[in-house]
Amino acid sequence: MAPLAARARTLAAIVALSLLGGCAALDHGILNAQGPVAAHERHFFIIVCGILLFVWVPIVVLAPVIAWHYRLSNTHHAYRPKWAFSWPLEGFIWIPPIGIVVLLAFLLWPATQKDDPYTRQAGRGTPVRVQAIALDWKWVFIYPDEGVATVNQLAVPAGRPVHLSLTSGTVMQSLLLPQLAGQVYAMAGMRTRMNFAADRPGTYHGENTQFSGKDFARQQFPVVSMTPAAYAGWLARAHLAYRPLDQAAWAALSRLGTSAPQTYSTVPPRLFDRIVAATGGAAHPHDHSVTRKAP
Amino acid sequence: MQTAHPPIWPDVLGRFAWHDLPFVRAWQNPTINELIGAGAGALVIVGAVVTIALLTRYRLWGRLWSDWLTSLDHKKIGIMYVVIALVMLSRAVVEAVLMRMQQATAVGDPGFLSSDHFAQLFSTHGSIMVFFMAMPFLTGVINYVVPLQIGARDMAFPWANAIALSLTGGGAALMMTSLVVGQFSTGGWSGYPPYTGLAFSPDVGPDYWIWAVTMGSIGSTLGGINIACTIFKLRAPGMTYMRMPMFCWTSLCTSILMIFAMPPLTVATALLALDRYLGFHFFTNDLGGNMMNYANLFWLFGHPEVYILILPAFGIYSEVVSTFSSKELYGYASLVWATMAIAVLSFTVWVHHFFTMGQSANINAVFGIATMTIGVPTGVKIYDWIWTMFRGEVRFSVPMLYALAFMVTFVIGGFTGIILAIPPLDYVFHNTLFLVAHFHNMLIPGLLYGLLAGYTYWFPKAFGFRLNERWGRIAFTCWVAGFYLAFMPLYVLGASGMARRTNEIFEPDFRPWLYVACVGALVVLGALVSLIVQLVVSIRERDETRVFAGDPWDGRSLEWSTASPPPEYNFAVIPRIDARDAFYDGKRDDGYYRRDARYDDISVPKNSVTAIAIGAAATAASFGLVWHMWWLAVAAGLGIVAVIILRSFVRGAHRVIPSAEVTRIEHRWHDALAAATPIPRHCELTASNQGLAEIPA
Repeated sequence: MAPLAARARTLAAIVALSLLGGCAALDHGILNAQGPVAAHERHFFIIVCGILLFVWVPIVVLAPVIAWHYRLSNTHHAYRPKWAFSWPLEGFIWIPPIGIVVLLAFLLWPATQKDDPYTRQAGRGTPVRVQAIALDWKWVFIYPDEGVATVNQLAVPAGRPVHLSLTSGTVMQSLLLPQLAGQVYAMAGMRTRMNFAADRPGTYHGENTQFSGKDFARQQFPVVSMTPAAYAGWLARAHLAYRPLDQAAWAALSRLGTSAPQTYSTVPPRLFDRIVAATGGAAHPHDHSVTRKAP
Repeated sequence: MQTAHPPIWPDVLGRFAWHDLPFVRAWQNPTINELIGAGAGALVIVGAVVTIALLTRYRLWGRLWSDWLTSLDHKKIGIMYVVIALVMLSRAVVEAVLMRMQQATAVGDPGFLSSDHFAQLFSTHGSIMVFFMAMPFLTGVINYVVPLQIGARDMAFPWANAIALSLTGGGAALMMTSLVVGQFSTGGWSGYPPYTGLAFSPDVGPDYWIWAVTMGSIGSTLGGINIACTIFKLRAPGMTYMRMPMFCWTSLCTSILMIFAMPPLTVATALLALDRYLGFHFFTNDLGGNMMNYANLFWLFGHPEVYILILPAFGIYSEVVSTFSSKELYGYASLVWATMAIAVLSFTVWVHHFFTMGQSANINAVFGIATMTIGVPTGVKIYDWIWTMFRGEVRFSVPMLYALAFMVTFVIGGFTGIILAIPPLDYVFHNTLFLVAHFHNMLIPGLLYGLLAGYTYWFPKAFGFRLNERWGRIAFTCWVAGFYLAFMPLYVLGASGMARRTNEIFEPDFRPWLYVACVGALVVLGALVSLIVQLVVSIRERDETRVFAGDPWDGRSLEWSTASPPPEYNFAVIPRIDARDAFYDGKRDDGYYRRDARYDDISVPKNSVTAIAIGAAATAASFGLVWHMWWLAVAAGLGIVAVIILRSFVRGAHRVIPSAEVTRIEHRWHDALAAATPIPRHCELTASNQGLAEIPA
């Protein structure tokens, strides 16, 4: 018996370890929220799951239990082949689902308003404006107020609101920040927006989730959240390194391919607006051709 | 791709170059990736050659042509639809297994498939499963069953029915051709521009997708009109709407959805074709194009499409649960209302496919609530089936097992569907594997289990012998276990932020879940193999499982009141209906079966080569358009017009089966009925089941 028990223990340990290993995956997602927006989304997720248990449990219990109890070989049950309607039962099957949907609707409306990517409030202090441009297969981030830009890395000060505007210099893409904010599409000739903030300094994951061609899977970038001091230092270093995002640099970025994280010390004025206009949109951000007017 | 390899004979072969053959690519660059492509191409060719050789060897060409390909009989057309579906299912399942194997081996490694090949796999997998597996499967089952259930001799428009089949078959053939000549689209089953536009995908791939889907969608529109008219006009006397079997109701709702939802798809693919062929700018980045219009058009089709797929399966479950519980369907009126409610609501929710496109919170919230509302009638249906089993006598044969697995599994998909319907949560889960897990969780238990239940349930009706029960159970176990193993991990990975359509993974923590999903995909492959084995075994032992008398399951609706297989004319005398379960109650009241001394002449639609000619010409025209072989496109297009004109001159499109032959066929069946031993329900899976049900005292 002893070796068997030992083997069982080893097996249990392997199962437990692989489960733990599996749970490690979830650390990269919404359940390990690292910002106020994601925390709100996670909170709402858990509430909704709790409510939905009232949908799931009755069916998962009733279907097999009733099927088994009323099996042909069980002679100890009533058989009423003509019984096919009952008003109380109709009430039981229509009213609770309607009630659950009404309840969810009342929760959904304010939550959707509060979590509108364009207007949601996250963080404290002056917002950091960042303009994201989707390219094949990389992300360009422009800091218009600071006059610097990065490729494939998004540096943000922890705690402060980040107001992201998005467009695409190529096909439709979608920018997802799983632990911080969810996602919004980036489309050529249009601007979309997404507000978010990070709670603490740390490095989080960002990616494109809308298939865009050959190196789509590599179109990922770190979101580096820093203390205010570290962020100021990062900006100063970015300014000092003489590396302008000039025409040659832009032409190189526009070519198909991936890119290592990079920093540019200067950015031509209104580059983002010019990209939007070049791909068919209007140069002015309050024009009707934005997907939606800013409030 | 074309630019690097010059076309060899542009005037005749359009933009075809030697490099478009997977065999040439594999010869030049023999990687596993290219060898898989060449192997798939070779498989298509070998399959075609073996089929042709066998048909020639056994001299079956004549029978194939006159009994099947030119037939306008709704039963034959229905069976051909299902054959297309099963062939395409096999290809798409193999593709799914390849994708899961790639992901399991591509953690921090490029894996064995190139990015481009992987993208073609997910594009063909999705396009096939929706347009050339699910659609033909459900259209085939509806085609076979509905006329029999409403007491009709054929569909309302038998010729249009054959055209719809040949267009669907042609689209499927085009999908297969893309394996041998050229490459398929990498733009996914939804084909979003601008990626699929000329600027970003100048190759033949998106053109294959456009024309295959266009043929499928036109075929489905025709099919929808036909099914709706059949149900509206050809019901047997006395069969009011509220006496129709539930499967007819769900088929009616599906056909109405087809009529209204397929045209937006045809329009979307046509506009995309204009962009690609004639330099229009509907969906391009520049010159006023707007890709959001495509998303709206596509999902205006795409969301009702989900219910086109699921409603017939709901009908099948209604029939199966009621039959295998020996009990009337609980809450018939409730189910009818729920079905109609789903059909109407399905047109009000399409925006939930792009909550993340930047529209206002109010719009998102309205569409989110509309989406959740559909959960109500769907939940009601599941309870109706549960209360149908209540106080019944449930037999756990294969169709019933599928129904039970469906109820328990589908509700998980409903759970995650509500989560995705809530905009703040959709921002997080959209475009991740969570979404992939969700819609597979709806479509595999909802649609596939339903159609497999229907296949097992009606197979003896169509072919006169039962399917092997043991292999059916093995296949069932593999489908269910494989589903859970393959898709539950995807929920976890999606919640961890893993994007869909990813061919390479850089997060080692995802590895264990990808392994489990890969094992699940292999189990699903086992399920597919079991289905094939089941078919072979069943054909071999068919003499022990014959049910010529026609009623192996103590059925309730009219299709079981005919012989198995039913005669070409279905009913020698059109039945008169006075109750919902006319046949079931009739058997119990007065024996139902009535033998007349002689029967009247019956007129049936004559065979026609024109329908398959139109399908073949449409396929040739599509192929010509894909490869820019303009002469072929024009010639084949003119050919379609010519065939339609010629057909309008055909007189006497009907053939009369003389009274003597009808009498002979009917008497032979009634002799078999008289000779058959009625069997009680617990013997229905044994060899004693000849298709006559014992009526308990």
